[in-house]
Amino acid sequence: MTQIFAYIPFSNGVAEDIAMEFTTAAAKIDKGASLTAVLTGSGADLDKVANDMTGLYAEVIKISHGDLSYPNAEVVRKALVNVIPAGAIVLAPHNTFGMDLAPGLSVKMNASYAADIVDFAGIEGTVLNASRQELGGAVSTHVAVDIASGAVITIRPGSFAPVDGKTASGAVVDKSANAGDLSAKRKFLEIVQAEVGDVDITKADVLVSIGRGIEEQDNIEIAEELAKAMKTVVSCSRPIVDAKWLEKGRQVGTSGKTVKPKVYMAMGISGSFQHLGGLKGNPFIVAVNKNPKAPIFQVADVGIVANIIEFMPELTSAINDL
Amino acid sequence: MEILVCVKRVPDTAENEFELNGAGNDLDRDDLVYSVNEWDNYAVEEAIQIVDKVGGNVTVITVGDGESEEVLRREMAMGANNGILLSDDAFEGSDGKGIATILKAEIEKGKYDLILTGAQADEGAGQVGGMLAAMLDLPYASLVNKIEVSDGKIKVGREIEGGNQEMNEISLPCVLSIQTGINEPRYVGIRGIRKVASVEIPVKSASDLGLAADSIGKAGAKTKRIDYFVPDLGAGAEMLEGSTDEIIAKLIEKLKAKGGL
Ligand SMILES: Cc1cc2nc3c(=O)[nH]c(=O)nc-3n(C[C@H](O)[C@H](O)[C@H](O)COP(=O)(O)OP(=O)(O)OC[C@H]3O[C@@H](n4cnc5c(N)ncnc54)[C@H](O)[C@@H]3O)c2cc1C
Ligand SMILES: Cc1cc2nc3c(=O)[nH]c(=O)nc-3n(C[C@H](O)[C@H](O)[C@H](O)COP(=O)(O)OP(=O)(O)OC[C@H]3O[C@@H](n4cnc5c(N)ncnc54)[C@H](O)[C@@H]3O)c2cc1C
Repeated sequence: MTQIFAYIPFSNGVAEDIAMEFTTAAAKIDKGASLTAVLTGSGADLDKVANDMTGLYAEVIKISHGDLSYPNAEVVRKALVNVIPAGAIVLAPHNTFGMDLAPGLSVKMNASYAADIVDFAGIEGTVLNASRQELGGAVSTHVAVDIASGAVITIRPGSFAPVDGKTASGAVVDKSANAGDLSAKRKFLEIVQAEVGDVDITKADVLVSIGRGIEEQDNIEIAEELAKAMKTVVSCSRPIVDAKWLEKGRQVGTSGKTVKPKVYMAMGISGSFQHLGGLKGNPFIVAVNKNPKAPIFQVADVGIVANIIEFMPELTSAINDL
Repeated sequence: MEILVCVKRVPDTAENEFELNGAGNDLDRDDLVYSVNEWDNYAVEEAIQIVDKVGGNVTVITVGDGESEEVLRREMAMGANNGILLSDDAFEGSDGKGIATILKAEIEKGKYDLILTGAQADEGAGQVGGMLAAMLDLPYASLVNKIEVSDGKIKVGREIEGGNQEMNEISLPCVLSIQTGINEPRYVGIRGIRKVASVEIPVKSASDLGLAADSIGKAGAKTKRIDYFVPDLGAGAEMLEGSTDEIIAKLIEKLKAKGGL
């Protein structure tokens, strides 16, 4: 029987949403598989989340240790290698923690590795069929993962429908004694909070958001003028912040701000999942992009194929003339 | 400090419109424009800045075909001192672990204090750095956006969700994957590239590296790409067409209806 272990990330005593998505993913891998949640941590938070997970998973393993109180990937990896049986399929989120943990875990478990999976099409023999994206979402691929000696797989958050409510009545098994030596060459020091920026894009009902398509720093003015006409502010994708053209506080995405506008104007943004991950509340998305094949057009409500450097000033003056 | 930076030649997402080939199983690669993986430029810049401060050398390395030499030259034009090309028909079809295995074999022949990779490349996996570290039994930190070097140890910041930064102390030698935004990679002009045009770049094969055929290439690959496809994602956007004036008139009506104006 296929054995699947899902690593459940949590903070402040609450499991991340992906905990509800793993169960759907596991069923798509193999409906008949055994599914076990694995949690590492310490103290009351760990116990609470482990308990919460018994409503979703038939078996819940907790590994409790002071050194696991912060999820340092090196320490977590050591614990998992000692607790999860060889040959199993391990699921982790494709986020900043999963990217830190999973590739090394696959080496230490001598298992196959598949990253950022968005869909599964079941197992044939010892091959698991899955789908993922490449080139920033511009193309999709089918991949075949040999699971004969197990696999470590990261799942793209938000790609599998969440299972809510009580679907299992599992029990918590304490495997802390099996964790083994947890000494590490990397030591967690502290979290430095992101700087608060000049404007708060999280409160805006409308956002004029620019991506690499803005091409030059001097062109940002064009977006500022459109934002002014629409009585709002400019937000952006990551490359604009990397280039230091706008402050970090303006960045929408998983490593930036989560915004919930009513209307989102995506100007020269390709539509990577890390960018879209910061866009919540189902806004009305207008995408303007010179590439008719840009992935953003798959998620936008309205699309326009145009050069934003020419299009934005025209839109601005039309709005100002209203 | 001896620093090795792993770099990959990738199709440039800003320069290409990606289409499937006639058979629908691969990209139409005929006219693709290639460049250095965006993340790797940040890694090379960081390495150069560290060496400028504490001394040492920067070596850039890639697993690829003959054409990959151009990305090594580009990074050497930025200021990397040496380049190494790992190239062999036997490397064809390698998965992430295969690439890491090939890199490991060369790394063990040298002595590096710090090994840098990009946080991810064109395939979006972000796998090679973490695998390499585990294979070499070295500590690893991913998505690094700050490095402070001191004796035998370094302090690194990892960019985590929400743009917060997780600070860690990590012992040397180690492997770090570098996130964009850590620095501002310097510009490389034609003249810079010309300067390094005749520098010798050693090319090493599977046998030079002592690699067993079944650990790399197609034979060693446990994760295989089968084909490319166009996903069925429903209707997608309503595309507005017509003259610019017509498009803008339609858009303004929609924005009014949705509370955008
Ligand atoms: C761990 C991690 C976290 C990340 N977090 C974030 C995040 O929080 N937010 C984020 O945005 N990204 C994030 N990224 C980066 C992300 O993967 C993408 O690289 C990024 O979102 C791409 O930004 P873009 O769409 O502006 O640029 P590109 O992907 O380069 O797209 C530019 C688009 O503009 C179009 N274009 C070019 N010129 C014009 C023109 N003149 N007129 C019209 N269209 C034009 C092009 O056709 C293209 O579609 C993260 C990456 C990692 C690895
Ligand atoms: C010669 C060759 C043949 C290939 N053949 C096939 C094939 O037939 N089928 C198939 O599905 N895939 C093939 N690949 C793709 C291969 O699987 C990927 O290169 C591998 O999975 C790593 O890429 P990634 O985008 O996942 O890297 P990531 O792990 O996302 O990249 C992160 C970082 O790892 C480093 N890195 C990644 N790749 C290299 C490299 N090649 N050299 C040096 N550093 C690197 C870079 O620093 C990069 O920033 C081939 C690749 C090469 C080089």
